[in-house]
Amino acid sequence: MTYADITSFILSLTFTDVLTLIVMPCIGLATLMTLVRLVRGPTLVDRVIALDLLNTFGIGVLAVQSMITGRAVYLDIGLVLGLVAFLATIAFAYYIQRGL
Amino acid sequence: MLVLKLILVGIGTLTLILAAVGILRLPDAYMRMSSSTKAATMGIMCLLLAAALHFQETSATTRALATICFVLLTAPVAAHMIGRAAYYRRVPMWEGTIEDEFKRDLEETVGDPLREKLLERLNQTGLEDTVA
Repeated sequence: MTYADITSFILSLTFTDVLTLIVMPCIGLATLMTLVRLVRGPTLVDRVIALDLLNTFGIGVLAVQSMITGRAVYLDIGLVLGLVAFLATIAFAYYIQRGL
Repeated sequence: MLVLKLILVGIGTLTLILAAVGILRLPDAYMRMSSSTKAATMGIMCLLLAAALHFQETSATTRALATICFVLLTAPVAAHMIGRAAYYRRVPMWEGTIEDEFKRDLEETVGDPLREKLLERLNQTGLEDTVA
């Protein structure tokens, strides 16, 4: 593994390779960190925030997946996921304020 | 075009990781909410713009832009609702908090029955564990 080897390896990556090998694991790492907060969160509000962030990561994963597979249908699913996430957060906020 | 896509994807991924670090490391629920809302919206915007650049057809661009508009509209509303519920249920703030402007505002208001009721509720004791 010389410097030239590493350089040629990096230059041989396509855009799909970058998405699959770098971007997806990074989003997975972020999801894991958010899951830690979802499990540990001292109050219910922290857990709701972590759930909201997980849904947002879901939209991001769908956008990356649409670029990897080349199918724009995944963007539709992202739109619907955003709608459902918003409704879930609003419902949680309503019931937290009313006192479960 | 490839360079633009790579830049957008890189910024988006880094911002999503920043949002996750923020929600893991910040000390209280209000700060975690601020981190997750703003940083995650920015990351999602960059990723969806990269997807729109990747496909370069009207239908995909429309969907990506619609999702961006939707996230931009709903994320602040959801954060506001959660924050209001958290304040109303008296989720504790960080010990280092130096200013609670809403409570000061409530104490200065005289004559509004709704606000006096809220202040009375905020000053009650023995309700700290209602949101576990």
